[in-house]
Amino acid sequence: MALPQVAPVETPQIEEVPADDRPWVTIVWDDPVNLMSYVTWVFQKLFGYSREKAEELMLDVHNKGKAVVSTGARERMEMDASQLHGYGLWATVDRS
Amino acid sequence: MFRRYGNQCVAAFAVDEVRVLRKVAGEVVGLLMDGFDHTDPVVDRLFPDIYPDDPDDSAEFRLYTEGDLKTGKIDQAGAILAALPDDGPGEVRLDGEEAEAWLRAINDARLAMGTRLDIQADTDLGAELDKAVVEDPASGRVFQLSVYAYLGYLQESLLNALVVEHG
Repeated sequence: MALPQVAPVETPQIEEVPADDRPWVTIVWDDPVNLMSYVTWVFQKLFGYSREKAEELMLDVHNKGKAVVSTGARERMEMDASQLHGYGLWATVDRS
Repeated sequence: MFRRYGNQCVAAFAVDEVRVLRKVAGEVVGLLMDGFDHTDPVVDRLFPDIYPDDPDDSAEFRLYTEGDLKTGKIDQAGAILAALPDDGPGEVRLDGEEAEAWLRAINDARLAMGTRLDIQADTDLGAELDKAVVEDPASGRVFQLSVYAYLGYLQESLLNALVVEHG
């Protein structure tokens, strides 16, 4: 009689993949057409930022070529970028 | 150019200005209504990829949002056509909501023209215009550059009129 075969206990390789909990960001890029005053106005209008904060962000876009204008869940960032496109700003979404 | 009177942004337009604004707004509507070609740099600028490194995700997002975005842009260009006199000179009075639609529509028109004219960060509009005039004062480029510059002043004046502090 054959000895009952004991199936080798498989130990599945469980790799602990840490959930990527980095938030998402909306980025606005510099472009040669949009007026600085208009970009500032859009940031105030869309995000409710103070004039100072909106101007600071606009200057970041202008001087550094881009700026993170909002941070949060992916769907919200997609919504923000889409609304920015409605205003004619050049916006993309990325991981922070 | 616009000024603030009470709650309204007001501008008096000469007949040439009315015609140019009608033409420009009509061209934006035409661009959006006609076949939509994403290889056109103007379309690409008005509807940029939301994920530049991921064409698939960008395309999927576009599927859900582009219709609304396009309708919004057609409506805001339509706000310009609706407020202007049919022909001839006239005064335009905009409430806050209309002024916002105008701002956005003028911006779309400037983006479209700026892309076609290859406006860059270091472009000196005055110098470009001088150069184009020397080459051919009757050229389309002279007209386009003049209109582009005019729209910039008009947008700035409307923005100033809209956000003016109440005294």
